[in-house]
Amino acid sequence: MDKSKMTEMFFGPNHPGVPGNYGINYFYEGDTVVSAEPNPGHLHRGFEKLMEEREWIKNTPLVCRICVMEPDINEMVYAMGFEAIGKIDIPKRATYIRSIILELARIQAHIFSIGGNCGAIGLYTAMQWGVLTRDYILDLFEEITGGRVYHIYIRPGGVRHDIEDVTLQKILDLLNDLENNRMPEFQKLIFENPIAQKRWKNTAILNQEDALSLGVTGPALRATGLVHDVRKLIPYAAYEQVDFKVPSGQDGDAWTRLKLKKDEIFQSINIIRQLINNIPDGPVSLNLGNALKYKIPNGEAYVKIESSRGEYGYYIVSDGGLKPYRVHVRGTSTPLGLYGVESLLPGCRIEDVPIWAHSLGICPPEFDR
Amino acid sequence: MSKDKSSIFSPAVSFKNLFKKPETIKVPEENKKTAKRYRGFHINDLDKCIGCGTCSEICDNKAIEMVELENVKTELGQRNERPKIDYGRCCWCGLCVDICTTGSLQFTQDYTYINHDAESFSYIPDNKNINKVESEIGYERDQYSELLDLYRVEMQELNAESRVKSFMEIVKGFSKKQAEKEASRCVECDICTEACPASMNIPEYIRGIYDENLEESLQQIYEDNPLPEVCGRICTHNCESICSIGHRGEAVSIRWLKRYAVDNVDLAEYNKILGTEKIHQVDKKVAIIGAGPAGLSAAHYLKLMGYQITIFEAESKAGGMMRYGIPEYRLPYEKLDKDINYIKNLGVEFKFNTRIGENISLSDIKKDYDAVFAATGLHNGRSTRIPGTENNNVYQAIYLLKQITKGKKIPLTKKIVIIGGGNVAMDIARSLARLQKKKYGQVNVLVTSLETEDIMPADQEEIEEARAEGVDFEPGRGPKEIIVSENGSISQVCTNCCVSVFDEDMNFNPTFDDQDIQNYDCDMVVEAIGQAGDNSYIDDNYDIEYEGPRIKVNDKQQTSLSWLFAGGDIVRGPDVINGIKTGHNAAQGIDYFLKNNQKSS
Repeated sequence: MDKSKMTEMFFGPNHPGVPGNYGINYFYEGDTVVSAEPNPGHLHRGFEKLMEEREWIKNTPLVCRICVMEPDINEMVYAMGFEAIGKIDIPKRATYIRSIILELARIQAHIFSIGGNCGAIGLYTAMQWGVLTRDYILDLFEEITGGRVYHIYIRPGGVRHDIEDVTLQKILDLLNDLENNRMPEFQKLIFENPIAQKRWKNTAILNQEDALSLGVTGPALRATGLVHDVRKLIPYAAYEQVDFKVPSGQDGDAWTRLKLKKDEIFQSINIIRQLINNIPDGPVSLNLGNALKYKIPNGEAYVKIESSRGEYGYYIVSDGGLKPYRVHVRGTSTPLGLYGVESLLPGCRIEDVPIWAHSLGICPPEFDR
Repeated sequence: MSKDKSSIFSPAVSFKNLFKKPETIKVPEENKKTAKRYRGFHINDLDKCIGCGTCSEICDNKAIEMVELENVKTELGQRNERPKIDYGRCCWCGLCVDICTTGSLQFTQDYTYINHDAESFSYIPDNKNINKVESEIGYERDQYSELLDLYRVEMQELNAESRVKSFMEIVKGFSKKQAEKEASRCVECDICTEACPASMNIPEYIRGIYDENLEESLQQIYEDNPLPEVCGRICTHNCESICSIGHRGEAVSIRWLKRYAVDNVDLAEYNKILGTEKIHQVDKKVAIIGAGPAGLSAAHYLKLMGYQITIFEAESKAGGMMRYGIPEYRLPYEKLDKDINYIKNLGVEFKFNTRIGENISLSDIKKDYDAVFAATGLHNGRSTRIPGTENNNVYQAIYLLKQITKGKKIPLTKKIVIIGGGNVAMDIARSLARLQKKKYGQVNVLVTSLETEDIMPADQEEIEEARAEGVDFEPGRGPKEIIVSENGSISQVCTNCCVSVFDEDMNFNPTFDDQDIQNYDCDMVVEAIGQAGDNSYIDDNYDIEYEGPRIKVNDKQQTSLSWLFAGGDIVRGPDVINGIKTGHNAAQGIDYFLKNNQKSS
């Protein structure tokens, strides 16, 4: 590799084409990337170590910060891990509410991601629309949980509050609006836009072999033709009670991944409707006693769920004390953000790097933990 | 391969927004309404807040600091501290609101707070919101977000029917699982320690139980209380009355937890656990008069300091009122003996059947000892002195209780009236009920008291338990006369209605309504209206100062005679825990006196 012909580029962490506080240092020749290495660490807050120092309950406001866009997945896996080790069965209504929250979170994450991808190719109108649409979902979160971004709602034992029927109706209304008005507009503005299609098709291709060897999951893997979804494989919360499809594609390029996200939004709408129609009555939480003294037996659990970007897991170890002995976060984007950058970026064009980073769903706090 | 629809006109869909109303909000002309549950900024009802600091404890960002305020109430069970929130650290998770023991802390619906002064972001929430304008309450705790365990683990007890048949202990005590569950309810706010007359390390010993470390519990308990088996059963438990969990739920069963901790450690292990296998000896002698709670407590702490201790006791066994006043169904003798035996094993010498002033004089003791601690207690019953009390079938509760303990036969009839509304009245009423049940197969005991039931000095649970055992109550009646029939036997107690017990200055000054007369049939009357001490052993040789009826002592229980210390019921109380505290105080005072041979400050 003749470095004299190459230029080094520091891409991020303040570049709008980068998803979050994360950088990629790469060398390019002409406008082709020759080598690249990830530059994480701008966001490192020591989540995993911090968790060992805090009582179980005190981690619930912390874990959600591991993913800003979709905080609920962290709350969910943390609670699931706690419940798995403590052998706690939560009330049925709570499982439904958890699923509703997770699907709402998925929708808003997908919409934001589609918006972000549009931003990465300069389609700013669509980006603004994405932000706007997400905000209506945040309004619902505010009403249900009391927080717009960090909900701190799913906690060990169930969920923090019940959802009232009026709010459930509001969710249904929003889903109708999304399905009938906003998504068709997105369809026209983004997915039927010949420029966008040209830009995304055959760009940032990830083939199935690479995806599997790296450990990539979620839409990025499904876009290569492999149907893999934790909601189907090991159903958690109330996913066993609903009927839905897992969309998949063949080409493995940015376009396929985005189309999958769009299709998944419709599936999520479908899931939430089924959940709301069949939601059982009853309590939404167990009283696990004095929160400062939560204690679960010795044990360990690896729990995982399907986030908007793929498989998301926590490995939790309890030594029977008041605090977790160890919590390890298996972030969805770890394989791509750390290893994929090095192996997949070389050969792509500079202007495709943002598409690459956005469409594969890199979320820096998941590996800066 | 791809058949995706595409048209260069499709994106033109965005143009229709030109004709639509904007979806954004024009701040500040227009403001978005927050959701009802929004976690805005804190407000705190300063009068409701007790300063327990649980919010600060659970805060995962260390954003809450407890600061002292001058203008807040500081009654017993309240601290003058209130939460101060640093919004530079706060993450608005609301755990503080969920766990607030009183429910005083809440959120408002404010979205924003703007100020050029950075200091103002560290804020002590009060009844107004941070913007000092009217704002609706936002996030509140509900039944599902509750983070406290509000309800007690139920204590297993004998039912009324079976317990009235014998003097068997009523309360069965916690199992390990129950105790740990109950111990987990404590938030360790330490407010109880401030209310405990002996300032026991309550959160610490409860934590020991929770951590399955009873040795730690025992060590913490013995720091301030050498009679835990006793206090674990019959303590007046001021701690539970002010327990912070009690504001929204049921107080932690602190007394039963202490009982659990000591019940489950073998006496043989005590010396090892408490580090008292070998005590450094000091060549000074201290005499203690009275082997009640104060005397035993002083003996214990003085012994640990190495002094040579002798306790002079008028009765044949140690324990004082704990043995001779409190019935066995509340405090089994074997449990009392466990506490006493530990103190005995430390090397404390007991001289039983030695009544001061009769068998030995105070001067004799003073000759042989370097310091004296007097804890002689209140052993003489008071009389109502109404007509008829001179009758043979009128007894003092204290006398009867003592006879029962000694296993002596006591007078018993079919219909008994007790005069008095305190715990001693309950003790004798319930004891007599048991004896009646055994002898006659039925209970016929009536308790009359000046006080109406809401202000009766007896514990509410005692009243309820007595009632369940068949004891009848006629509260709010003043005894007027004991009517004696011609053959000399008692036929009735005549009472009038007690209109008020205390006058405006809250002094004892009962007023009666003589129009409202009630007579109660009975053939025996027991008076339980209070006890008095007998300090006549401090004879004329000694010029000792009094404060009202009680001996004057300083904060280390030292009397006006520098070598004489006094404690227990004769100076404070009457109850066990105050006795223990005064005994502990006296031990420190005597130690200071003997080391410096001067009046302790």
